[in-house]
Amino acid sequence: MNPELSFFVEVVVGGLLSGVMYALVAIGFVLIYKTSGVLNFAQGAMVLFAALTFVSLVEWGLPFPAALIATLAVMVVVGLAVERAVLRPLVNQPPITLFMATLGVAYVIEGAAQLVWGTQVHGLDLGIDDTPLEFGGVLVSRFDLFAAAVAGLMVALLTLFFRYTRTGLAFRAVADDPLAALSIGLRLPRIWSAVWIASGIVALVAGLLWGARLGVQFSLSLVVLKALPVLVLGGFDSIAGAIVAGLIVGAAEKLAEVYLGPFIGGGIEGWIAYVAALALLLIRPSGLLGQRSVERA
Amino acid sequence: MTTAPGEDLLRVEALEAIYGGGIRALSGVDLTVREGEIVALAGSNGAGKTTLLRAIANLLTATGGRITAGRVAYAGRDVARTRTDVLVRNGLVSVLEGRHCFRSLTVEENLIAGGLGRGSGRAELQADLQRVYALFPRLAQKRSLPAGLVSGGEQQMTAIGRALMGHPRLLVLDEPSMGLAPLVTDEIYRILGALNRSDGLTLLVAEQNVALALRHAHRCVVLETGRSILEGLAADLRTRDDIRQVYLGLGPAQRVSKRPPLPMEV
Repeated sequence: MNPELSFFVEVVVGGLLSGVMYALVAIGFVLIYKTSGVLNFAQGAMVLFAALTFVSLVEWGLPFPAALIATLAVMVVVGLAVERAVLRPLVNQPPITLFMATLGVAYVIEGAAQLVWGTQVHGLDLGIDDTPLEFGGVLVSRFDLFAAAVAGLMVALLTLFFRYTRTGLAFRAVADDPLAALSIGLRLPRIWSAVWIASGIVALVAGLLWGARLGVQFSLSLVVLKALPVLVLGGFDSIAGAIVAGLIVGAAEKLAEVYLGPFIGGGIEGWIAYVAALALLLIRPSGLLGQRSVERA
Repeated sequence: MTTAPGEDLLRVEALEAIYGGGIRALSGVDLTVREGEIVALAGSNGAGKTTLLRAIANLLTATGGRITAGRVAYAGRDVARTRTDVLVRNGLVSVLEGRHCFRSLTVEENLIAGGLGRGSGRAELQADLQRVYALFPRLAQKRSLPAGLVSGGEQQMTAIGRALMGHPRLLVLDEPSMGLAPLVTDEIYRILGALNRSDGLTLLVAEQNVALALRHAHRCVVLETGRSILEGLAADLRTRDDIRQVYLGLGPAQRVSKRPPLPMEV
């Protein structure tokens, strides 16, 4: 392959793979937003908290699987606790109130993480060796491939869960029409609990992957800022949208950095996704795959 | 919770409710539904029919309202503070105004969701599905379409079928005829009537179309500006001149009425 082209493909593939990881963070938001209309700003703090808990447990000498299970349990408790203690008492309040509440929760979780686990930066080694693989002249990071596979598996599991289980059906019903769901006797609080648990688990997976890539430190909670343009692009209520938008943002960031960066002076990666999101907002405020209600013309 | 046929299944006494912190929606409603009856709740737009039905199913708080006085008793128990899901499991199931199907779910998924509240098992769900499809054969043909894409009548049937999946003892319907062609409305009322006769299903139906309500119900309660102002057998009300003139837009009946006209706005 022509080296120019293979370099281009390399950039795109690298971008797509990191896009999958953006999508993973975004899905944590979508789960909660879809069922309760809450934009959970604390999702990033949950990602950080999960990664920090895991790393600290491993440093204490817990074997990898035990640390994973323990962290999972902690995230389930955190998800449940936030839903119970903060959001349930605020049910039927305006969205801005709920958003502010999650903003508060974000800082409480970060503070708690600091209090419990300290402030130093930890390295997280998932045991994936990061020598690049070569496919026909294109170099692909082994870790990125692994991360994308894990994220893909997570998405597949969630999709199967929503499609084929009763809880999944109840979840979709609540997301579609909460009042109707209430009227036929679905227990909304139970579904909200399930959703917060699920987003805690998604935060754990995202935390491990992002933590392994960036190191476990407080800036990890800023991955929310990467997820926001993904949400705007994909639509806040669409899991498929989060995936597609994650891929777009990932690829666009890398391409812009590599091909536009030299002309503007670099650092595009940080904000180009917001430009794309803003542009899309003007054209399609509900996002690429956000809910347009299913309606007969 | 048992009552024999003819006993009071639902009793609403001096019920008052507000919306949004201060807007009075109900200011004194009395209503009784006996086991096995079809009771129509008539009244114009804004009379408080929807508020009353939501108060009965405890859906008011979810829509920004609350009960401020009075009593709601179902099967002999005070249920004003009983959660909706508990009411549903005890057989008080509502069909909301405007159908409220889960639009992105298929018709069949809508129906199955109706069985989740009471925790139906897999076999039971299948049996119940077949029962609903037997009642509404059109739904069987449309079962795998998103509910948002079927016709209004089919959506109403889906909403009713979904409620039936919860094994109601008292089915509360809010304007099932809204926006539907007369032929479809007739079909729906015919099926509801058949369920009432064959299974003893008790029905409380809010209906703006008073003629329709009086044709299908045993008894009728009329709401006006948040109060129940009139209650009687449907057969009697049909012949009353004030009802004929105000609600049915007809001339007086053959005999001359001595009753004074009701104090109400038209």
